[in-house]
Amino acid sequence: MTQSIVVQVGQCGNQIGCRFWDLALREHAAVNKKGIYDEALCSFFRNTNSRADAGGADVQRGRICSLKARAVIIDMEEGVVNEILQGPLRDLFDSAQFITDVSGSGNNWAVGHKLYGGQYRDQIVEKLRRTAEQCDCLQCFFVIHSMGGGTGSGLGTFVLNILEDEFPEVYRFVTSVYPSAEDDVITSPYNSVLAMRELTEHADCVLPIENQSLVDIVNKINQMTNCGKLGAVKPNSLVTSNIGGVKESEKPFDAMNNIVANLLLNLTSSARFEGPLNMDLNEITMNLVPFPHLHYLTSSLTPLYTLADVNVPTRRLDQMFSDAFNKDHQLIRADPKHSLYLACALMVRGNVHISDLRRNIERLV
Amino acid sequence: MSLITVQLGQCGNQIGYELFDVICNDLHSNGLCPQKENGLYQAASKERFFDEHKSGDFVSRAVLLDMEPKVISQTLSMAANSHKWRYSEKSQFSQKQGSGNNWANGYYVHGPKYKDCILNLVRKEAEKCDRLGGFITIMSMAGGTGSGMGTFITRCLRDIYPNSLLLNEVIWPYGTGEVIVQNYNSILTLSNLYQSSDALLVHENDILHKVCSQRMNIKQISFRDINKVIAHQLGSVFQPAYTADGASHYSRNPLGELMESLVPHPEFKMLGLRNIPQMSEHSLAYSTFTWHGLLKHLRQMLIANAKMEEGINWQVQLPSEVTTRRNFLTADLQFNKSVANLAIFRGKDTESASPQGFRDPALYTSWLSPDNSFSVWKTPRSFNKYEKSATLMSNSQGLLKPLDSIVGKAWNMFASRAYVHQYTKYGMEEEDFLQGFTTLEQIISSYSTL
Repeated sequence: MTQSIVVQVGQCGNQIGCRFWDLALREHAAVNKKGIYDEALCSFFRNTNSRADAGGADVQRGRICSLKARAVIIDMEEGVVNEILQGPLRDLFDSAQFITDVSGSGNNWAVGHKLYGGQYRDQIVEKLRRTAEQCDCLQCFFVIHSMGGGTGSGLGTFVLNILEDEFPEVYRFVTSVYPSAEDDVITSPYNSVLAMRELTEHADCVLPIENQSLVDIVNKINQMTNCGKLGAVKPNSLVTSNIGGVKESEKPFDAMNNIVANLLLNLTSSARFEGPLNMDLNEITMNLVPFPHLHYLTSSLTPLYTLADVNVPTRRLDQMFSDAFNKDHQLIRADPKHSLYLACALMVRGNVHISDLRRNIERLV
Repeated sequence: MSLITVQLGQCGNQIGYELFDVICNDLHSNGLCPQKENGLYQAASKERFFDEHKSGDFVSRAVLLDMEPKVISQTLSMAANSHKWRYSEKSQFSQKQGSGNNWANGYYVHGPKYKDCILNLVRKEAEKCDRLGGFITIMSMAGGTGSGMGTFITRCLRDIYPNSLLLNEVIWPYGTGEVIVQNYNSILTLSNLYQSSDALLVHENDILHKVCSQRMNIKQISFRDINKVIAHQLGSVFQPAYTADGASHYSRNPLGELMESLVPHPEFKMLGLRNIPQMSEHSLAYSTFTWHGLLKHLRQMLIANAKMEEGINWQVQLPSEVTTRRNFLTADLQFNKSVANLAIFRGKDTESASPQGFRDPALYTSWLSPDNSFSVWKTPRSFNKYEKSATLMSNSQGLLKPLDSIVGKAWNMFASRAYVHQYTKYGMEEEDFLQGFTTLEQIISSYSTL
């Protein structure tokens, strides 16, 4: 089984990352009732026995002792990182995984990329290598960052350069959050353009996410739940829940970040769990990147309202396939129906049969 | 003689499991025939596919290969849980990271890297056989491990066992929507296998899917259902049968006799398979068949190139009959000409089954006499709960259409060089693609000018 490492950079990256770890833990808890450290868990977590010795040698098999996330956390401020360290997820990380500074990048790409990049390069390489050494077969780095700010876009893309230099064999999947049109940071267009150039050159695969679409989706969910149309929405479904989050009270971005976290979980689910038609992460780039630089993938999620315990009847299942191409379900503001696809992959999770898939593929093609 | 099955990739391993399961269940049934007959059949079948340990365990003569651990561990445990047979613990090889649908990764990277280890496994399995009859490799064409590494391993087997026979069971992907690079992978697989394999037995996913939905009446089809259909068809060919009339023992060299009857020329080695009857187990109990009816259907399936019993075009006729009716042009296009055919009849009253309809010279190409192009295998023992069943293996034009479509689609992609960088990354060159195209176009033209 292969492993992946999550590198979360900047405020946005860390907030999404936090939601990701929370949801990942809960997903595994739902599947893995016995508390055994299995192959699926191994892809994002390592199992350490903190009592045995301070170095925390990994326990390969048997019961879960203490799970540690395969993550490197980078921020040039202390705010978000401190919240993580005080929050319910604090046991998931140890101090060796953090890189922080105090003054922030001041929404300036150059400060993040050039200044902090040069300053922290050795430290970043060291931590990345240490995390990589704990993996048996490292397949993929997931970098999560935003495009508009200074740390995320500047230092995030710098980390991407390092990854390419140091681990050329390992895939680099980047989740980038693009600023909305009325972003309050005046320099965000500059930052985004500068970061884009780096993404084009150094990433294997970019999943652009637009803030505005996330806002729209969250608004829609709230509207639907309030008007009572969706009686079935559980108050604690994965999209809306914030339990176990950074803080007990709901934060404005939590619902939005959950959507991104869910995207990453679903993307990797087929590589982590068994299935009749497995999909490995390297198959994503193989099939969806026809030309070297055209590696920006639009993503959509469906159903959006209840991501926990769905048992969709056939009719709604077909609807789900259509929804995946609907502009309301895209994570960037694009209308795929009126544009051209170079390649497209449907990743289906849950109780779906091959005949359902064939029927829908024949309908859509 | 014993056959060694090499299961490659996710698809190959899942089908391999179903194949052994079908064979083992069939082997342990009474087969609706006299006990003595059944004993002979069971002994022959056991020698072909299983190694019986001292403890009485049936251990399949198989080698399991995949680049990912998940499928193999699942397959091994499914076999162990059947309590009828199991895989040998040592004849499996898996790594941690898959080939990612990339043929070049399987062929140029994974294949050479693990060659020694894999061939060692195969050799150990071969040493267990008293008489080695050949190899059957099961693989898909669309993926990376099955297609890329499968092709590489086939080439190695050909080098190391030059006198053994090699049959490649390849699974043709769905026409659309399986893997985007499926057409590239298929082209590379087919063109390379054509150099090293003795024969390619092709199963098309699209058709198997239709068999499941229309003949088996399965509402929600899973890959297991599809794999069961393949396993049944393979079993109906490779289970023991008498290859000549009045033979006193079951064929000792199934692969050899199969090749002898079906592959008269190295340019023609794409085999298709049809079997009849196909129906769900529930309706089987309420159905009776006559050999006359079965064979009539089977013959028309061959002529009209229908791959299953439903939707056969009865308008298609042999050219000689057609010319008299003056609609030569339309019917001629659909007529499926064969190089050679092999019919296998299993079950009650096989003596009464008369395959005369298949001996018509008009069915075959002119450069081979009809006596040489048609053979029959028979056994009075029934197979897999079917009281009577007939299987027709044919080397015919039947695969022209799917082949043509795959080459066309791959050309379209290749014209804009889409995805080529993913292959060159692992040491392939554009030249290799072109070579693949040339080989396949040559095959297409050979088959269409039969």
